[in-house]
Amino acid sequence: MYRAGESGKFLRRRLVGGASVALAATLAFLSVGILFLIVGHVIVNGVASLNADFFTKIPKPYGEAGGGIANAIMGTVIMTLLAAVIAIPFGVGTAIYIIEFGRGRFASAVRFAVELLAELPSIVVGVFIWALVVRNFGGYSGIAGSLALSVIMIPIIARSVEEILRLVPDSLREAALALGTPKWKVVIFIVIPTVLPSIFTGIMLAVARAAGETAPLLLTALGNSFFNFDLRKPMAAMPLQIYTYAVSPYDDWHNKAWASTLVLIAIVGILSGAVKFYTRRWKHESH
Amino acid sequence: MSRITKLWQGASKAADPSDRRFAAFVAAMSAVVILLVIGFVVLLTIDSMPSIRKFGFGFLTGSVWNPVETELNHVNFGTLPFIFGTIVTSIIALVIATPLALGSAIFVSEYAPSWLGGPVSFIIELLVAIPSVAYGIWGLFVLVPFMRGSVEPFLQTVLRHVPILGSLVAGPPMGQDLLTGGVILSIMILPTILSLSREIIAQVPRLQKEGMLALGATKWEVLSQAILPYARGGIIGAAMLGLARAIGETMAVTMVIGNSSRKISASLFTPGYTIASAIANQFTEADSAMYFSAIVELGLVLLLVASVFNVTSRLLVSRLVARKEGADV
Amino acid sequence: MKKFVAVLGLVALVAAATIAQAVPGSGLVAKGVSGEAKNLTGAGATFPAVLYTKWFSEYAKKIGVQVNYQGIGSGGGIKSINDMTVDFGASDAPMADDQLAAAKGGHLLHLPMTMGAVVPTYNIPELSKAKRVLRFTADTLSGIYLGDITMWNDPKLVADNPELAKIDRYIVVVHRSDGSGTSNIWTSYLSAVSDKWAKSVGHGTSVQWPVGLGGKGNEGVAGNVKQTQYSIGYVEEAYAVQNKLPVAQVKNASGAWVDPTAKAVSAAAAGVTLPDDLRVMMVNSANPQAWPISGFTWLLVYQQQTDPAKALALTRLLWWNLHDGQAYAESLLYVPLPADAIKKAVVLLKTITVNGAPALPPELANY
Repeated sequence: MYRAGESGKFLRRRLVGGASVALAATLAFLSVGILFLIVGHVIVNGVASLNADFFTKIPKPYGEAGGGIANAIMGTVIMTLLAAVIAIPFGVGTAIYIIEFGRGRFASAVRFAVELLAELPSIVVGVFIWALVVRNFGGYSGIAGSLALSVIMIPIIARSVEEILRLVPDSLREAALALGTPKWKVVIFIVIPTVLPSIFTGIMLAVARAAGETAPLLLTALGNSFFNFDLRKPMAAMPLQIYTYAVSPYDDWHNKAWASTLVLIAIVGILSGAVKFYTRRWKHESH
Repeated sequence: MSRITKLWQGASKAADPSDRRFAAFVAAMSAVVILLVIGFVVLLTIDSMPSIRKFGFGFLTGSVWNPVETELNHVNFGTLPFIFGTIVTSIIALVIATPLALGSAIFVSEYAPSWLGGPVSFIIELLVAIPSVAYGIWGLFVLVPFMRGSVEPFLQTVLRHVPILGSLVAGPPMGQDLLTGGVILSIMILPTILSLSREIIAQVPRLQKEGMLALGATKWEVLSQAILPYARGGIIGAAMLGLARAIGETMAVTMVIGNSSRKISASLFTPGYTIASAIANQFTEADSAMYFSAIVELGLVLLLVASVFNVTSRLLVSRLVARKEGADV
Repeated sequence: MKKFVAVLGLVALVAAATIAQAVPGSGLVAKGVSGEAKNLTGAGATFPAVLYTKWFSEYAKKIGVQVNYQGIGSGGGIKSINDMTVDFGASDAPMADDQLAAAKGGHLLHLPMTMGAVVPTYNIPELSKAKRVLRFTADTLSGIYLGDITMWNDPKLVADNPELAKIDRYIVVVHRSDGSGTSNIWTSYLSAVSDKWAKSVGHGTSVQWPVGLGGKGNEGVAGNVKQTQYSIGYVEEAYAVQNKLPVAQVKNASGAWVDPTAKAVSAAAAGVTLPDDLRVMMVNSANPQAWPISGFTWLLVYQQQTDPAKALALTRLLWWNLHDGQAYAESLLYVPLPADAIKKAVVLLKTITVNGAPALPPELANY
């Protein structure tokens, strides 16, 4: 391929090779930079407004400074937890079905349904729950918000648990089966406990995602300017508050919006980061 | 799949009644998931029927969206402005995000030493954890002024007299416009394309890469002649998944895109709507039956389009994986 | 000099009397009663949201009933009450007959709560320290919003505002992106004063805006104007003043340059005959002192209620709003209702029934 005296062509090829590495490296570091830029802005703009009042008081009337978003924090916690309680059985159950029982067309349909559900635009989830629940059962409510969030969580949990269960070696199941254990006991008492921590992290991922969702809550939970623990009434939530405050003109509200974003990113980011860190080797493990 | 696994999965027909009950229980859970998806399509279609019957295909091709009957303008629901906004912002997002994601994926997979590649890709993928509304507030307070004050005037000065590109940058720089919507979307879909591209590049058979290196190819040649051709289908699939995400993205876009459903203009500096942001803005106030039906139909369109892209993406990616399993030596 | 002091004294006395005089009927709803619901949900107009959120914050403290109000726009208020997803709606656009017909719970009443001024506001950095605010006429406002006037130093604008001559910038127009009663008031005004506007755009809660960016709610428009240099928008007065945005002067139908004072808005209301159902617009009043872009804002409630606890809480809340609540209006830049509006509203309030019986408690109904 090369002859003596072709050094020009050789050099050019080497330069192009080097340039492509440099280009790739630049693009990668640009991408990294973007994350630091965004998180940096949130921290810088939000940290000043984090004070005791912010975490303990409810919002003041339009235009009055002070107050806090305590009710929104409570609302997010309540709705997300309830959504998790609803979503976990369906998500885990579906994953168990796919891995432990899945054969034939029904199983393929289930997997397909999970994929579709996972990519649903969240605003469409809001529309669906509005039409199903809000319209027919007394209006905007925390329970409608929780249902919307649970629809978003189910496929995340299902996929995550599915991946985890797939990694459990067959030998474990075979051994238990050989000892005469009925299948359902094998699944519940042997397979699942083995991977319980991992299932937990999958749930954390879903919770992190649900805690940050705004669009479905716009149409279901509506928002509340007071503390509210009654799920049949509208509830406040942090992402809703951020949206309302960010598009408003009030400087005080802008500061609160940044601070809320900081708190939200901290929670969501820590949860997601921990999960990603814990599971980073999975995709490359063979089965 | 091993013989034991097939046996295992078939064991639901076992003698133990608890086994059958357990199997039925998890099957029921799964059935609910299927019912949920079916329920989505059915409920949305039922509520869209009035609008579907009245406007038919004109819903997608009509360019006037007028929800309130005035003496001048009759009620009409043409969604072309929204579709246009969605297409434009998604294309901009893809154009910006794909090179960034691909370049980063290549860097991380092929060029970087493992102590660097791992953390770099980890950090970039953290972008996916940031909630949409956080992108929205950053977009509104940081990106929009930056675009309006620096980027858009710059683009305008540079491209103003270029024949076709000039019309893309015509008009006063608004900041809150289609261009900024596209930029914020690109940041949001970057990690999606990156993580899938990384997986795909990892699927390229090592034999091919090592063979070329042994023959004296440079890194660029390995990339352009071994990796990219092999992974091309999968990378397109990754881009499609990014596209599906971009189409469905609501909050961040709503906060930066300007929310004005005027006539469709060539300039990227005009405020616009995407399908998702139109629904978010208008759903709670769709007070007439036809208005409501039109918005729900819009939701149905969004659902179908996002699902089609999602499914196509998975098909493309899985074909690549299948090829690899076949080509494995 | 003595005469001047005397006149000044008289004016002060009258002003004090007007301000200090609580609406007769105030003080009757002073604390919670048993049997009333402890929570109510309302949604709708952002135009009065500054006042309503203040009201409901005070009401929760005094009466112990939490009224959760969410500003989602008049369109949202109308839809929510039609679908019965809230206990009351709020709108500054009176409902049209077909909208009323679509209400699921029967007949809807419009109870006016306050009046306010929709004002043009703007953001021009060079003029931020200017002593005078800008002045607009029907011509220039409609021209800007039609997209005919695109630059701040357009001769038509400079004619009324010489200080604009050196502002060689595009005007960024801001309007509402959601269904808005404020938009209805604004576009009704533009339709009344500009033939071209009336023929090409018309009026309504949502129109085909020829130019501009959309903001969600009065807050969104104010937010956009505040953040975007060289922009102009229309908001309820409180939103401009609370955010230190300038409030422009407008030339009214009689040719006078007016500011949107309480007096000017009241003057607009003065010439208007109030129909019994209280659905009325008052833009472009002929009164020489009137602010031409004024409007009422209403709460929308069903005449036939079904939940006794809620009906009790709701009717007491409405009484409080119409009487005690009026005292909060002026300091927040809204305008207290004229006496006959309150009287007619109370007549409607008395017609609210729950399961056949009148819902308003007797001590209020017989006042």
